[in-house]
Amino acid sequence: MSVQHFIPQTYTPQAFHRQAHEALDDPQIRANFRRAMDGLITKRRDVFSDWDLEALRELGANIRLRALAKLPDLLEQLEANCQANGIRVHWAENGEAACRIIRELCEARGAKSVIKGKSMVSEEMHLNAHLEEAGIEALESDLGEYLVQLNEQTPSHIIMPAIHLNTDEISEILHDKTGTERTRDVDYMTAAARAQLRERFMAADVGISGVNFAVAETGTLCLVENEGNGRMTTTVPPVHIAVTGIEKVVEHLRDVPPLYALLTRSATGQHVTTYFNMISSPRKPGEHDGPEEVHLVLVDNGRSGIYQDNELLDTLRCIRCGACMNHCPVYTRVGGHTYGTTYPGPIGKILMPHMLGLEATKDLPTASSLCGACGEVCPVKIPIPDLLVRLRKESVGEGRGNVPGAGVKRSRKELLAWKGWQWLATHPAAWRGSTVIAGKLRALTPAKLGPWTEYRTAPKPAKVSLHALVKAHREELAGEGRS
Amino acid sequence: MSVKLYPPKPEKVYFFGTCLIDMFYPQAGLDGIRLLEREGIEVVFPDDQTCCGQAAYTSGYHDEARAVAAAQLDLFPDSWPIIVPSGSCGGMMRTHYPQLFAGTPREAQARDIAERIYELTEFLVHVCHVKFADKGEPQKVAMHTSCSARREMGLAETGPALLAQLGQVELVEQVRAAECCGFGGTFAVRHPEISAAMVEDKTQAIEAAGAEHFVTSDCGCLMNIAGRFEHQKKAVRGEHIASYLWRRTS
Amino acid sequence: MSAREIILKRLRERSDGPLQAPQSDFTVVTGRGWSPQERLERFERLITSVHGEVIHTTHAEWTKRLIELLAAKSIRRLALGHEHPVPVAARTALRNQGVELVDVDRDIEDWKREQFETVDAGLTSTGGAIAETGSLWLWPSPDEPRLISLVPPVHIAVLDADAIEDTFFDVIETHGWAGGMPTNALLISGPSKTADIEQTLAYGVHGPRELVVLIRHQREAT
Repeated sequence: MSVQHFIPQTYTPQAFHRQAHEALDDPQIRANFRRAMDGLITKRRDVFSDWDLEALRELGANIRLRALAKLPDLLEQLEANCQANGIRVHWAENGEAACRIIRELCEARGAKSVIKGKSMVSEEMHLNAHLEEAGIEALESDLGEYLVQLNEQTPSHIIMPAIHLNTDEISEILHDKTGTERTRDVDYMTAAARAQLRERFMAADVGISGVNFAVAETGTLCLVENEGNGRMTTTVPPVHIAVTGIEKVVEHLRDVPPLYALLTRSATGQHVTTYFNMISSPRKPGEHDGPEEVHLVLVDNGRSGIYQDNELLDTLRCIRCGACMNHCPVYTRVGGHTYGTTYPGPIGKILMPHMLGLEATKDLPTASSLCGACGEVCPVKIPIPDLLVRLRKESVGEGRGNVPGAGVKRSRKELLAWKGWQWLATHPAAWRGSTVIAGKLRALTPAKLGPWTEYRTAPKPAKVSLHALVKAHREELAGEGRS
Repeated sequence: MSVKLYPPKPEKVYFFGTCLIDMFYPQAGLDGIRLLEREGIEVVFPDDQTCCGQAAYTSGYHDEARAVAAAQLDLFPDSWPIIVPSGSCGGMMRTHYPQLFAGTPREAQARDIAERIYELTEFLVHVCHVKFADKGEPQKVAMHTSCSARREMGLAETGPALLAQLGQVELVEQVRAAECCGFGGTFAVRHPEISAAMVEDKTQAIEAAGAEHFVTSDCGCLMNIAGRFEHQKKAVRGEHIASYLWRRTS
Repeated sequence: MSAREIILKRLRERSDGPLQAPQSDFTVVTGRGWSPQERLERFERLITSVHGEVIHTTHAEWTKRLIELLAAKSIRRLALGHEHPVPVAARTALRNQGVELVDVDRDIEDWKREQFETVDAGLTSTGGAIAETGSLWLWPSPDEPRLISLVPPVHIAVLDADAIEDTFFDVIETHGWAGGMPTNALLISGPSKTADIEQTLAYGVHGPRELVVLIRHQREAT
């Protein structure tokens, strides 16, 4: 089997083209993603078959829109209710500030060992590396995250972090890093990881988790999971720190069931996950388990910037289900690492430019055929293709200029080409003349047209344009009319 | 996708041929016109039409796209339907013209045009209620519905519905029929390798379905998929659905 | 200014102005109108589809079924509460049955390793269940703490057939959850599972490998 995946590699959005090239050339990666995405697409379709999906999506979009419309008020309400319940709330303008807050909370408890439940926000702010630097070991406990961490990689999918790895590769990683037997027995590997991680749950000083929905009305943190590691993380250690983006708040508790229904079905095609864990306070007097301290860290990290603009705002509706990547023909072929960003796939393409700037991410918004599959399946109806077009517009400097790095792709040469096209397409006589010339010169069409003709034959202009064909056709009809 | 209410069959329609058809596939445009004329409809082809502006629009060059789109807006002064033999240009005009002109003095005009846009197969099915008599030889055919037709215009069914009327044609379904062929306008140029991987899968799927021929209602997809088949020297050939329908029924 | 003030100020002073909050229509997540029989069938179909086991019994007979179940699964040490009628009845029935009853009204710090390594099963009551998704709902308490439905390899949950409601939304509304949430509220739908190794399902990754639901009916099914 191939060992190349075990070489730690740093992926960057700047190297998108090279990384895409490497992924496309890697049959293992291609096969792993294709198989996984095909399965997820089928499961999602089946699980929604007995639902009024459109009505549910409409409600989901509406709930998220309402939460965003009231966002500052809801954040204050969430904070007040959490604090009334005994949950301490912290605010961070960016990832670095959030890391600092979490590190200080750990240090205040003298924590050396942290166990983590799945949290994409913590990936976004590189929390593990930050804690390691401070001498605090942060261990991922979601099986996929654990495998990826053992392999010194980052997740390649927001819901299924190790989807790029197949059974043999995982067996090799576990053998290499933890000394288990080489095997294709998934139950054996799962049991081995269970045993390894149970020790760590017992020993951990702090548990860190993400949040799927934060309910303002009740001060409740909702966590969605199948494995039970999230419940372990939020129940066994004496301290629980939940970290979340500020957009994850919802207004009412009754807003949760529709979003939960959309999330699990869209993500993995499940009716429901094994656990839905709703946390509203630390351990109360008389209770025998659960953490003594619960903290909620609210992270902005670019979100309040996205919030300013009526069109870009839709980006913040996302509930992180991953359906857009499961259905994306580009993601399916290049995999998650190629994007070089925390969030890959369509949602990454519309989110990461705000976090990293368009200079670093300029190849992401263009890496889409705008096929619309992402927007079609999005449970909260984010118009992802429109947002991709908006970011392209910002890149070439024809937008509002309110995205970091706007105008980075402004190029005189390209603008001139489009201006030339504009002139021709607004001068009909010249346009018709050009099609005549193209028809006459068709024999001279080069057989090689850059990358297009590496894979396809070159299109040849027709001898006679449609304009000319229609003219002849009209004359023919007129002739018939006369006779 | 809201349910569109279709009007009764009109006496006259406008025909917007699209730039790709004008320059590369004019026969498809003429065949589309003939299909409409055979239904007793007079087809008006405004001579000053050029391009809907989609490529500039999706590339982010909205000022340039708007200028070109503006030149098209004036070509359809009467209230007849406007028939477009392409899901992507039709989608551009129906969905994005109103966005492009939002807040400008021409917004109302753009909305009026948008509401009159019909993709050709949509119009043949839902307005003309065409009935075809197939005169061709038996053939296995695959249909590739463009992503714009399928998702932006909600027209996954109209192309196959027309082919289903051809008695000698067996419509075969390729795996992942709804997946993009990888054209995507400038996408194929900016990300050629990813696009190539996509069209490779599409041609394999069409071939594996046993198709002897494929049709599509979008010339971008046609250029891409047929170009790939030709490059590989495969026997499968493709054409615009308008040409296929005309050829087999005239 | 604090980070809090800066963030809230940016949100409040958004450049495109205040947003209109739409009203929500929740029809799609409620009003199923299932009969008790339909609820029961649906619950059973869904929870068994994700590897949960269901045993039908009655209020009069359920502890007998429990004893048989413990024997069948060779459960020697069972963790359970003291106060809720479910553990109270179980404790009475299990006297002299050769099963060690493990007290759970102890702070976890005092018996963490014992709970993690020596308990064979946890028995809990449930608040009810959700037919639409095949889910149990639990509000852990000092009597029945959070971890006994998670740490032991088998979770035995006792559910009354008439406590199955249609949807999650219905449960929240009917029981007025928004009026006062407990420290922890849980939905449990099957045993712990993962598909992180090449989409292959494996059970018991962190939590129980088995979930058994004893459904108590008012009387024997005819």
